[in-house]
Amino acid sequence: MIKKLTPVIEWGTLLLTTGTVCFFLVAILWDLVSKGAPSLSWEFVSSIPREGMTKGGILPAITGTILLTLITAAAAVPFGVSCAVYLNEYATDSALNRLIRASIRNLAGVPSIIYGLFGLALFVQALQMGTSLLAAGLTLGLLSLPYIITTTEEALRRIPASTREGALAIGATQFESIRDVVMPSALPGILTGVVLSLSRAAGETAPILFTGVAFYINSPTGSLNQEFMALPYHLYMLSTQHHAIEEVRPLAYSTALVLIIVVFLLNLTAFYIRYKHSKK
Amino acid sequence: MTDHPTKLSAHSVNLWFGNKHVLKDVSVTFPRNQITALIGPSGCGKSTLLRCFNRMHDLSPDARITGEFLLDNQNLYDHGISVTQVRRRVGMVFQRANPFPKSIYENINYGLKINHIPKTERQGIIENALKESYIWDEVKDELQKPATRLSGGQQQRLCIARTVALRPEVILMDEPCSALDPLSTLKIEELIVKLKKDYTIVIVTHNMQQAQRIADKTIFMYLGEVVEAGDTKALFEHPQQEMTANYVRGRFG
Repeated sequence: MIKKLTPVIEWGTLLLTTGTVCFFLVAILWDLVSKGAPSLSWEFVSSIPREGMTKGGILPAITGTILLTLITAAAAVPFGVSCAVYLNEYATDSALNRLIRASIRNLAGVPSIIYGLFGLALFVQALQMGTSLLAAGLTLGLLSLPYIITTTEEALRRIPASTREGALAIGATQFESIRDVVMPSALPGILTGVVLSLSRAAGETAPILFTGVAFYINSPTGSLNQEFMALPYHLYMLSTQHHAIEEVRPLAYSTALVLIIVVFLLNLTAFYIRYKHSKK
Repeated sequence: MTDHPTKLSAHSVNLWFGNKHVLKDVSVTFPRNQITALIGPSGCGKSTLLRCFNRMHDLSPDARITGEFLLDNQNLYDHGISVTQVRRRVGMVFQRANPFPKSIYENINYGLKINHIPKTERQGIIENALKESYIWDEVKDELQKPATRLSGGQQQRLCIARTVALRPEVILMDEPCSALDPLSTLKIEELIVKLKKDYTIVIVTHNMQQAQRIADKTIFMYLGEVVEAGDTKALFEHPQQEMTANYVRGRFG
């Protein structure tokens, strides 16, 4: 009797836990869509805020977040990918390299507000960039580095040794084998990691809080040395700091919905890259 | 075998991975334009020995090698010869087909490119290499197709084509058929036998029927040492050592 029941209990437990997770996910999405969709319109995503945020749209926040993510990518991807190539392809298993690797893993666990304070000290003050798009982008770049390094290393590790040896065996140097054979094979994995890291960075508030984000900018175009608006911060302001919180609540929901859509589109890109390459 | 002078040889070779002594005072010779099979149970060091001849251990920091490896009279580990020169003269085909993530055409073209073979000559070389490896008829209409879409046996023949395109003097094969079905294996074996006209071939195999079908000479290794070497027929039919007899009759391994 107990033997017969065991699989039912196991199956039931798994179904229940999975169901619980899915329930909350669907509940959050439903809440966002039902309350955010009514005030979501073309005007909302294509115009600047008016009358103390109570009217108008969030265009500067959207363009700000996009520009910010591009700067983050430009800063973090070359360093992160190169670092992972070094660690996985060239570095020997020495104590120093183990220490470097452990440090990178630990960096991934540092709270994002610490990155914000570090960015304030280094980029804003020491390097005199001021609170600006550049300083905030570089700070988010630092935040993304450990993730990009770790996921790139994973992607490289999945390439079998025989792939590298195939290139070496026909007279390729180690560099040629990495550039021409290993990297193209690992590219889908690397891109997936990069896009997921960036989508996480795009949703961060704490690192940009002291380094460049502003409550209100009246122009949708950004400049590297100026402050900017960003979706996560705009959402934070509308939902907790605004003088007419009840009035702007629908706008806060719409902003959240737009942020979710932006992040979702980034994740969809990663998914598409993986799908396209798995078919090859 | 007297009319086949030695092409490739190893003399008093010892190899350690860290503290592990993997090859123990190994001396072997491989005759020119002949197929020599390396047989022995897993872990006996036959693949390790094979990989010494194209310096595949160069990138393993814990490998330590002593002894001499000669190609004709050239020491393969001499300071005067670069590792890429060695690999151009001593090609290798691996256990699992490992085509590059490129088109069929580019798989062969890539080796020509990095070895600085003039563009004008490449087209002809690629076609010849594919014909020489008996895969031309199957792929001639789809040279731009990704190589990974070919079957396992076709991929392995493409890897052989990639190797012969560089006109090496020796081809090392590390269990080239172990991942293939019997029909593909047969095709590769026929190909190997045809290739010996132009190349000296060393093949590691677990398959004793395969060694008997294609090899002129066979070397039996056990626990990092050469136990017996000689004519394939003689070694299988009249082994001189008790150990060899037990192995070729399938009593262990």
